[in-house]
Amino acid sequence: MMNFLRNLDRRWIFLLMGVAVALPLLLKASFPENPNPGAEIVFNTIENLPNGSRILLSYDYDPGSQGELMPMAMAFARHCAEKKHKMYFMCLWPLGEPMIQEAMNILRSEFPELKYGTDYMNFGYKPGNEAVIKNTVQDLHTLFGTDYNKTSLNQIPMMKGVKTIKNMKLIINCSAGDPGTKQWIQYAATPESIPIVAGVTGVQAPQLVPYLPWPLLGQLAAIKGAAAYEQILIEEYSQFEEPAYVDAAQSTTAAKQRMGPQFVAHLLMIGLIVLGNFIYFIDRRRGRA
Amino acid sequence: MIAKRTIPLLLAAIVGFLMLATYFVPETESYGATAMEMFIIISAAAMILGGGNLLKINLAKMSQRRPGWGYAGITLAAFIGTLIIGLFKIGATPTAAVPGHSWAAPIVQEGAPFWWIYQYMIVPLTATMFAMLAFYIASAAFRAFRAKNPEAILLLATAFIVLLGQVYAGYWLTNFLPNLQHLVDILPESDHAFAMIVGTQLEGGAAWWQVNYDGLSFAQFTTLQQEIVINMDASLNDWFWQFLNGLRLENLSDIIGEVPQKAGFRAIVIGIALGVVSTSLKVILGVDRSYLGSE
Repeated sequence: MMNFLRNLDRRWIFLLMGVAVALPLLLKASFPENPNPGAEIVFNTIENLPNGSRILLSYDYDPGSQGELMPMAMAFARHCAEKKHKMYFMCLWPLGEPMIQEAMNILRSEFPELKYGTDYMNFGYKPGNEAVIKNTVQDLHTLFGTDYNKTSLNQIPMMKGVKTIKNMKLIINCSAGDPGTKQWIQYAATPESIPIVAGVTGVQAPQLVPYLPWPLLGQLAAIKGAAAYEQILIEEYSQFEEPAYVDAAQSTTAAKQRMGPQFVAHLLMIGLIVLGNFIYFIDRRRGRA
Repeated sequence: MIAKRTIPLLLAAIVGFLMLATYFVPETESYGATAMEMFIIISAAAMILGGGNLLKINLAKMSQRRPGWGYAGITLAAFIGTLIIGLFKIGATPTAAVPGHSWAAPIVQEGAPFWWIYQYMIVPLTATMFAMLAFYIASAAFRAFRAKNPEAILLLATAFIVLLGQVYAGYWLTNFLPNLQHLVDILPESDHAFAMIVGTQLEGGAAWWQVNYDGLSFAQFTTLQQEIVINMDASLNDWFWQFLNGLRLENLSDIIGEVPQKAGFRAIVIGIALGVVSTSLKVILGVDRSYLGSE
């Protein structure tokens, strides 16, 4: 037995991980989610802004991270729509545009009273990373010229009175790396004192902790942060618990549903580490390690 | 010599000092913005260089029939196919803003060929690559995460706390330790909603006389409600209660992130920033010329 474990083929571990992730998904296992302080800060920041405040939403991620970031990105869009905030979408990643399209699909289907150009708009993708952020501080009209649909910014009603992102009350950033939250903090939030909240991947979250609580007011870290945010959103806006929202393509409980596989996968990881160390100590005692 | 060394050095120095000045001299901001626009255009042009390099390397690999030349062929076919479909906006529908010109259509337009490539190739491929991490991390954790020395033990203990603190298991395992919910549960059910709301405010740092409920201030509460607030405040501020509450895995996980991790990372970030400043100054002043390449 010890020999089998010592030389355990990694394909067994792959199989175990596959089962650990698949079972909760197939059984639709879910666990209670408690709102954490980080999610509460992010929620309250958006919630406490006066209705109709201008918010820049930059979705800086691609399909590789959408499993982790899409639920929070959609929750941000829903929350802003509920508060009737003016939403200005953009992205610094070339494959970020379809993520914005997903959010706009939600706005079109779930909030038909909101109109493109009046309540929300999309600048689209602009290459140049940090340089783009620096120029959003200078002049959005010169930087973009048109929106995603090539409509002149001067013809978009909600661009009236908006010259730079200094006219925004808040930046919401969903970030999977560079350029992302760190660059928004360095080149926009800090020099111009614009508050920012972020939803980031688990890998990125520790790197952004030094910027809390100012100018980064709060961050949702990985799927756990997204699940906590969804929980608060549901508690405050109970309609999001209705089947029409839960069963939507971009579910209002997408992150909560993903906490099941994460729960089992984390337990498996701990089990594997304990097992690996058990073998190590047995071998050490026998003088093999 | 002048074209290869002096002019690039001068350009770097001028733009470098200009960008520095934009932080301190508001009059220079518009010049800085122009420099940034130039950077955006140059970075877009750099994509052409990247594409050319990709072609050169993969064509060489194919023509020399080096191992894996078939993959090089697939790379090139995918690159050229995607480039043509994206560049010429094949199958894209013109937008209302620019009718009759499919060139002006958005890149990823639902139903268009580029959208198909995105939706049915890029999304599943990149998501698969990312998802595979879980399998390799599990295998690596089993083989390499050993408690060999005190540092490794510390790392291992931290990993356990954070792993458990991130999921319901952490809550379940240490739910016997006190939290706000426990303080609420010992009260009659009719007071639960009130106690939870004022308790959350107290936990958030509000003093007992500052809490409010349903538009009423502390002074307007009933005597019983005032008593509940004062008792909860006393419990929440008791050091032993706070100590036990901090031992809950979800709180311990947050404390690790908020205290030692934040302190360590801030030190690293400040160190990196100082390094960046010194390297940037060397480049701007022309002391470090390595970016120009060899003579």
